[in-house]
Amino acid sequence: MTQAEIKLCSLLLQEHFGEIVEKIGVHLIRTGSQPLRVIAHDTGTSLDQVKKALCVLIQHNLVIYQVHKRGVVEYEAQCSRVLRMLRYPRYIYTAKTLYSDTGELIVEELLLNGKMTMSAVVKKVADRLTETMEDGKTMDYAEVSNTFVRLADTHFVQRCPWVPATENSDPGPLPPAPILVISEKDMYLVPKLSLIGKGKRRRSSDEDAAGEPKAKRPKHNTDNKEPIPDDGIYWQANLDRFHQHFRDQAIVSAVANRMDQTSSEIVRTMLRMSEITTPSTAPFTQPLSSNEIFRSLPVGYNISKQVLDQYLTLLADDPLEFVGKSGDSGGGMYVINLHKALGSLATATLESVVQERFGSRCARIFRLVLQKKHLEQKQVEDFAMIPAKEAKDMLYKMLSGNFISLQVGCQ
Amino acid sequence: MAGNKGRGRAAYTFNIEAVGFGRGEKLPDVVLKPPPLFPDTDYKPVPLKAGEGEDYMLALKQELRETMKRMPYYIETPEEKQDIERYSKRYMKVYKEEWIPDWRRLPREMMPRKKCKKGPKSEKAKDTGKGTSLTNTADVLKKIEELEKRGDGEKSDEENEEKEGSKEKSKEGDEEEDDDAAEQEEYDEEEQEEENDYINSYFEDGDDFGADSDDNMDEATY
Repeated sequence: MTQAEIKLCSLLLQEHFGEIVEKIGVHLIRTGSQPLRVIAHDTGTSLDQVKKALCVLIQHNLVIYQVHKRGVVEYEAQCSRVLRMLRYPRYIYTAKTLYSDTGELIVEELLLNGKMTMSAVVKKVADRLTETMEDGKTMDYAEVSNTFVRLADTHFVQRCPWVPATENSDPGPLPPAPILVISEKDMYLVPKLSLIGKGKRRRSSDEDAAGEPKAKRPKHNTDNKEPIPDDGIYWQANLDRFHQHFRDQAIVSAVANRMDQTSSEIVRTMLRMSEITTPSTAPFTQPLSSNEIFRSLPVGYNISKQVLDQYLTLLADDPLEFVGKSGDSGGGMYVINLHKALGSLATATLESVVQERFGSRCARIFRLVLQKKHLEQKQVEDFAMIPAKEAKDMLYKMLSGNFISLQVGCQ
Repeated sequence: MAGNKGRGRAAYTFNIEAVGFGRGEKLPDVVLKPPPLFPDTDYKPVPLKAGEGEDYMLALKQELRETMKRMPYYIETPEEKQDIERYSKRYMKVYKEEWIPDWRRLPREMMPRKKCKKGPKSEKAKDTGKGTSLTNTADVLKKIEELEKRGDGEKSDEENEEKEGSKEKSKEGDEEEDDDAAEQEEYDEEEQEEENDYINSYFEDGDDFGADSDDNMDEATY
C-alpha cells in the first residue's frame, strides 16, 4: 500500500467511524496481521477500546480474523476494501437506476450497516419508504421483499459467510473464534420468510432530530422480543457484481461512441446474457449464438435477423476487437473479448490524459512509444515527424511527469 | 592541466552536442531564481463531469457523511475531563442507538469481560498501587487517607477508582485478563460506564464528592 493510499484510508475511517477506529485501522493496514494484545500495546489504546473498534471494523467487512496455531487470533485489515468506501454513492445510485427507490434504500442500508439480516433490512426500508409517502399510505413488506429477492437473484446482494450449524452435543473446549464457511450454491439463497406487515411512520413526538437534547436515555428498542425468523443469516452488498456492472456500462458506452446506438444495444444484450454465467475475471464471455441473441433482444427493438447478423459481423471485424467470432454454428457464435475491451479502454484513457496535459503532439509521441514499446531518441523524431529540439523538449516533459521512463540499453 | 585546451578559452568538458545544442549556438539564459510556484500552463484542465447522475451522487455522499456520524458504529473520542463539569453538559448529550454485535460470529476474546464490580480497569489500579497483588484492607484505608490529602475535587473520581481497584484486587487476587470466556455481559453496560457506580440521575458531580468518599465507599461495594 502506498503512503497516499494509507493516508486516504485514514481519512475515510476517521470520517465514517471516528478517531479510535481510525487509529486501530491504520495501524493494522501498516503492520499487517496482528493479535489483539499487540494492537493494544502498539497503539497505546485500552483493550476495551480496541475491542470496540475491531467489532465495528469486522462488522463492516474491513477487517478479517484468522485463528493461528496455539489459539492465537490475528486480525488483518483489507486496505482495498476501505478504499471502496469512496464508491458507496455510486453503488447506491446504480441500485436506484436498476431497481428504483426500494432497491436504492436496500443497498444503502446494507452499506451503512455492513451486514444485516433480511428481515431487518425489509423492516427498515419499509419504514423509510413510508416516511416519504403521502399521509395514510404505507409500504408493504412484501414489495420490499420482492425487490430484495430480485437483488439476490442478480447477485447484487449476497450472503455473508456463516457459522456452520454444529450438531455435537458435547460442549468440549470452545474454539477461540468461529470458523465461518461459505458455499457457492447457497450464497444467493434467500430464506423462506413470510414477512407480513407494513412500514411504520414515526410519530412526531418520538422524533429526535440530531442534536436535540434528551434528558433521559430512550428505552431499549428490544422491548418487542419477537423471535427473528432468519436469525444468523446475514447479507451484504456484493461489490464485485457492481464493478462488473460498471465494466459492462463502460464497454457499452464505448461501442455507442464508436459505432451507433443499435450496436451498443446488441453488445448490452450479449453482456446481460452472460451476467451470471461468466465469472467476472474471465477473458471473454461464453459464446452466444446469433439466434440466442436475436431472441434476447429487448422487446420493442425490432430489427430483422439479417440486420442483426450484419451488425454482428461488423462488430467482429472492427479493429478494436470488442466482439469476436468463435464459431459458425447457430448462425454464428460470438463472444465479447472482455480483457481486450478493457485494455483498449485503458489505453484510450491514458492517451486522452496525455493529450489534455501536454498537447496533441505529445500525445502523438506517446501513442508511438506505446505502440512500439521501446524507441530511441532519433527514432521518436523520425516516426513522429517532429523537429529534434521540440521532440526532446516534449519527451523531457513527459519524463518528468512520469509518463515515460528511460531504459538504458546495452550497446 | 590536461583539460585546459586553449589558454583562457571557454571549452566544455563534455560533448555539448549530446545535450542538444549545436556548436556555437546561443545557450539559454542563466536562471537566477527558482521557477515560479504556479507557472502558467498552456493546457487548462478539462471540466468535471456534471450531470443529473453526478449531482445525485454528490448529494448522496454528503448525506452519507452526516448519517454515518449518527450511527452507533461511530465511536466518539472520550473527551478529557474538564475542571468543572458543567451542569448543562448532561442535557446536551445526544444518545445514540446501541449496537450489540452478534457474538456468535466473533472471536471469543472480543466479548467485554464482566467485572464483579463495575469499576476501573485493573491496569489503572495497578499503576498507582505498589504492584503487589494482595493488599489488605488496613493498607487500603491508609492509602485512602494519603490520597485524600493529596488530591482535590477534580481527582475524586480517579481516587474512587483506585480504592475500588485495590479493594477489588484484595478480593480477587491477581486479576489478569485471562483468555477463558467470562460470563457474557451486556455490551451497553460497558459503553455507558462513567467511572463511578452511581446512576446518572441519582448523583450530580459536585465538590463534596471527594470529601465524603470514605463513607460512600462502604455503600458501593457489592
